[in-house]
Parts: sequence; C-alpha cells; structure tokens
Amino acid sequence: MSNKKDVETTGHSWDGIEELNNPLPRWWLYTFYLCIIWGIAYTIAMPAWPLVKGATAGMLGWSTRAEVAGKIASFEEMNAAVNAELAAADITAIEVGSDVHNYGVNMGAAVFRANCSQCHGSGAAGNVGYPNLLDNDWLWGGTIDEVAYTVQHGVRNETDEARYSEMPKFGADELLTEEEIDQAVAFAMSLSDPEGDGTNLVGGTYDVDLAAAGAEVFEINCSSCHGEDGTGDIYQGAPNLTDAIWLYGGDHDAVYETVFNARFGVMPAWGQRLTQAEVNAAALYVHQLGGGQ
Amino acid sequence: MALIDKHKIIETNGTLLMVGALLVVTVGGIVEIAPLFYLENTIEDVEGVRPYSPLELTGREIYVREGCYVCHSQMIRPMRDEVERYGHYSLAAESKYDHPFQWGSKRTGPDLARVGGRYSDAWHVDHLTNPQSVVPESVMPKYGFLSDRYIDAEYIEDLMSTHRIVGVPYTDEMIEVAKEDFAAQADPWADTDGLMERYPGAVVSNFDGQDGITEMDALIAYMQMLGTLVDFSTFTPDASR
Repeated sequence: MSNKKDVETTGHSWDGIEELNNPLPRWWLYTFYLCIIWGIAYTIAMPAWPLVKGATAGMLGWSTRAEVAGKIASFEEMNAAVNAELAAADITAIEVGSDVHNYGVNMGAAVFRANCSQCHGSGAAGNVGYPNLLDNDWLWGGTIDEVAYTVQHGVRNETDEARYSEMPKFGADELLTEEEIDQAVAFAMSLSDPEGDGTNLVGGTYDVDLAAAGAEVFEINCSSCHGEDGTGDIYQGAPNLTDAIWLYGGDHDAVYETVFNARFGVMPAWGQRLTQAEVNAAALYVHQLGGGQ
Repeated sequence: MALIDKHKIIETNGTLLMVGALLVVTVGGIVEIAPLFYLENTIEDVEGVRPYSPLELTGREIYVREGCYVCHSQMIRPMRDEVERYGHYSLAAESKYDHPFQWGSKRTGPDLARVGGRYSDAWHVDHLTNPQSVVPESVMPKYGFLSDRYIDAEYIEDLMSTHRIVGVPYTDEMIEVAKEDFAAQADPWADTDGLMERYPGAVVSNFDGQDGITEMDALIAYMQMLGTLVDFSTFTPDASR
C-alpha cells in the first residue's frame, strides 16, 4: 500500500479506511463531456425546450405526426398505380391470375383479417348468426359484384344504400298462432328433407303431420319471400330453406325462435371505413374462397 | 477544498440531505410537467368531441369496474401499422373528458379507441356473452351476466356532477334531464331530439335486444360511440402537436 501514499485523498476516513481521490480516466471524462454536448445539440435539433407559448420545434423539423403521415404516404405511393387500377376496375372482369387479381386477393386477405374475421371467423367459416363465406349459399348473391356491394354498403344498417329486408315477427306481433307457427316450423324443416329420411336435417326431427298442415301456412305467409318451393330470394336476402345450411340453427327451437321473433342481422357499411380498392380487394378475396358464383 | 467540506455537512445530516434531494427532484418536475399545463401546442381543440351521454357514461363506469382496461387500450399510436389496423391515430382531445383516461401500452385484446360502429349491436351482445362463440381464438372472459343486471340511473346526477367538478362541461340542463336522456338512448321509439342536441352523434338503439335497460345496454352504448366523434375527413393535423 505504500505506493498509494502520494495519491490525494478526499479526506473521508471511516475506521481508518481512507477514500482515495484518483483523477477520472481521461477517455471517460472526455466521453462524459461529449455526451453533454450531444445532449444540448439534440435538444436544439429536435423538439424540446418549453418556452412561453409553445416548445421549440427543433431545427430538423421532426414531428411524430409528420413521420407517420410520411410513412403512410410512401406506401400509398408505392401501391398507387395498382390501387387505382383495382379501385377503378370492373371487378367482374378482373382476370384470375393477373397481377391485379393476385394483389387484390392478398390485400383482401389482410383487410378480411383486420375487419371481417371478428364476425365471419378468421377462416371465413362464419358463426351462428354470421354467414359462412366458404359455401355457395348466398343470402344476397354470390357473384363478385354482389359481394362487393354487400361489403361496401352492408346489411340492415343505418345507411340508405344498405341491403335491407325485415322478416315479420310472426309470433311476437301475433300474426300467427303458436299452433300455426309450429306447423310452419315443421314444414320449413321438412323442406330440407325431400327424401323424408332425415339425412339432411341438422339437430333433430320434425312431426310429419304438422309439416303437412304447415304447407298452407307456408304458402300464405312465407312463400312471398322464401319462394313457393322454399329456395329463397337473393333480392330480399331471404334464405334458401331447402338446403341443410341454417344461419341461426336448424333445430326446432332455433327455427321456432326465428319465426316467432324474427332475426335482424346487421352488417356495417364498410365503404365508410375502407377505400374503394380495399372493398374490391375484400370482395376478390371472399369470392375466391370457394363459394363465389 | 471548500465545496467538499460543505457537502460533508449535507452527508452527515439526514434531514438536510432529504430536503436537498427533494429540491433537485422538484426542479425536474417543474421543467417536465408544468409546461404541459400552459403550452398551447399541447392542448388541441378538436371539433366534435363532447362529454359522454348519461347512458355512455354509465357504460364507461362498467367498463372501468370490470377492468376492461387491463387487456384493452384506447390509444391508437401514431405508427403506420396501428393506423392501418385501427384507423386514425388517437388525439389527446378525444379523451379530454375521460376521468380516468383509458390509454395504455399493454394489449391482450385489440385497441378499442375506434371500435364504435365497427360491429353490430347483436355482435357485441354475442361477443360479450360468449367471446369464443364468434372469435374462437379469443381468451376473453364471459360477461353475459351484464344482461341480467337492470339499471335505473339512480346515481347519474351525482356521477355527472362529480365529472363536472373535475372539468367536464355538463350543463345544469344536462344534469336535470339526465334520467330522461338515459332512458331515451336505449329506446329506439323514444323522442331523442333533445338527446341528440345535447350529445350529437349518440347512438340510439335497444342495444341488447331485450326489454328494460341493463348494464349490457350501457356498455354497448359506450362501445358504439368510441372514436366516432371526430370527423377525420375535415380534420387537418397540426404537425407541431
């Protein structure tokens, strides 16, 4: 320890242990001064110092808002040509396999995941009350322009262009007696069981006698929308009742609820949120999932 | 050295050291916090932002009570990926009547700052009752019990008065007719002219589809207005903010 004798001490001493006061290493000291200079320069270059009315804007003119606007603009510029082509295109005429089609399908997949999957499912298989988009059963038409219209304007929302129809509440509004509703329900279920062997039924059977009695109830009350043969009407969003696909369930209780209280499925008008190119892209994506007509 | 002798006085006197430390921290606080209260470019006035209607405010209380903020933020950050997914980035003014604010940086569920109008009322009922019925991948708990809890705006005047104390501009008229507004917003057949004048852009609907007003109605009324008040087609962002 004798070679430490000539080092200056701070004068602090605890139980005979002294605190040395060695000079800081030169590289450390200069780095420290450099950091101070950097710090001051940074506050001059970037927004920092609060003044009387506002803070200094910084010499580089950087702002969060300008940065995000710039990034969005740069991506939009990159895609501007193909987006414009997609937005202006007659989507019924876009050739499958063309660059615009490929771009649109991929863009549509992204749009679908962010906006549509919450109701229609991430695989587009739908949920109870939210249509399956993979099959070829379409409430409002499955051609690509009909799909695009549905995406654009939605269903039964507050906009004027939305697809709209309203099934009467046959039970709640006392248009039919409970007995008549039971008959109509049995007949509706029998429509998807033409062979009478029950293979097409989902979730239970129906009473054959009730179904026979329900034919007349159906013809008077239901056939104007669902068609005399029950195959539905895409111009009114009236579902086809002869297939085994049921939006709200095909068992007796679910169909009874549908006839008694009616259903009123709503879809937002996505044209209010998405660009025309995004709407067309979503339609392209949905159309090529398998059910497009 | 004289200075070293002086700091020995501070170091050997605990109370003095604490007072000194407090003074130093105060300087930092004054420099960083105080300017936010007077600088013009931290306070942006945006057209369309209004106080919550009585039903929305009640829904907001339920949102806070159920701890929705633990998984959902209400703050779209100014980044391209967030703007593309959720919509225009959030403005400070959009949460100026929030007490407490619902910002956040931790998301288990998606951001809800612009969820208004994105889904139908029926979807919200389905989703709150059983989230997995519509989003199988979801880890959200079930909130179906909200449909069974009927509410009657018993304390709405007190709630609004309290918000007025902390700076929300509820007028005497708004508080006076709060109960009427509360009921009218959940009734599609009600006369809502007064409600719409007091709270432009309020969504009127029988949100849960059943008779009576439940906590489900209030929460969905709140959901359906989130982020819908500012018309971004006429909004010009000021780069200095």
